[in-house]
Amino acid sequence: MHETDMTKALIFTVKDWLSTQSEKQQIEKIHLVVGQFTCVEPASLKFAFEVQTRNTFLEGVELIIKDIPLIAFCHLCQHEYKPQIGLQYSCPDCNSPMEDIRSGRELKIDHIEYSTIEESAHDKLRALKD
Amino acid sequence: MHQTFDAAIELNLLHANQDGADHNRAHFDQWGITCLNLMSSPGAGKTVLLEKTLAALQDKISMAVIEGDMTTELDADRLRQYNVPVIPINTGRSCHLDSKMVAGGIHTLQHQHHPEAIDLVLVENVGNLVCPAEFEVGEHAKVALLSVTEGEDKPLKYPVMFQEADCLLITKIDLVPYLDVDLERIINNVRQMNPKVEIFSVSAKTEQGLDLWFDWLLTKVQK
Repeated sequence: MHETDMTKALIFTVKDWLSTQSEKQQIEKIHLVVGQFTCVEPASLKFAFEVQTRNTFLEGVELIIKDIPLIAFCHLCQHEYKPQIGLQYSCPDCNSPMEDIRSGRELKIDHIEYSTIEESAHDKLRALKD
Repeated sequence: MHQTFDAAIELNLLHANQDGADHNRAHFDQWGITCLNLMSSPGAGKTVLLEKTLAALQDKISMAVIEGDMTTELDADRLRQYNVPVIPINTGRSCHLDSKMVAGGIHTLQHQHHPEAIDLVLVENVGNLVCPAEFEVGEHAKVALLSVTEGEDKPLKYPVMFQEADCLLITKIDLVPYLDVDLERIINNVRQMNPKVEIFSVSAKTEQGLDLWFDWLLTKVQK
């Protein structure tokens, strides 16, 4: 269950990022990019994230995972193709081996949506006055 | 008004592990050590391959083993008979070694042995075809093992490990006469995603093919 370790890495990375920010922030959504040619299963990652963030500063934060297809480039045919994971990786036209992976190996935190805590406290005050 | 902001992070999820792996590799380089990461499913024959390798090469080069095992030291005990430093890393419930665990092994190597006198460190990863492929530990090359009893389609089903391997050992080939297995198909299945991989068909039991593996190992040694 390496998704547990991935999630741990994710939490630490977000914590690090937060510590570099001058204002206090409430994270709302974390956007990940996960390639199909990795050992990460998005559903497992979501589950691990939900469990591991309970009672932490990330509880309730939404994890949004963008799936990136495996795309390879065949230098002989000079075109991109989508290898069929589990079945065939070589070029469907000329059978050359998959050598140049153009996408599908991604495993990164793309961006984070957040609101500043001061801002929301300010909003609450304003709402009270109204 | 509730205002949200967006911050681009663009950071690899495994960057901390990768930094650790680079750090480990820098230590190995400083001592002139070549490090290989051995990966396979459980029971493909990593430990027996190491036994044969230690026995055959101990007069030629100085070796050490970092041994990842989930809960026991059974494998480490087997390898200690060959009078080389064997550093066990108990991974607990984790299904792979990561760079931090191996850093602990390097620390032991540094303080209890003489790393500058060692030529080759063999890391035996936890038996698993999935996770170890994503966690670099500081190796100079990845060695995958696949036994003939596992079937020809494993490289297609677990592609990441086979695509990343620098060397593939097809093991237990002494069993081929008793199985419906097509060695050529295994090789073709690996080559279609990794044309550059060195492939050796071996049997640790009969020692068939091991010479080529030893020769390849010796070409990787830095000193």
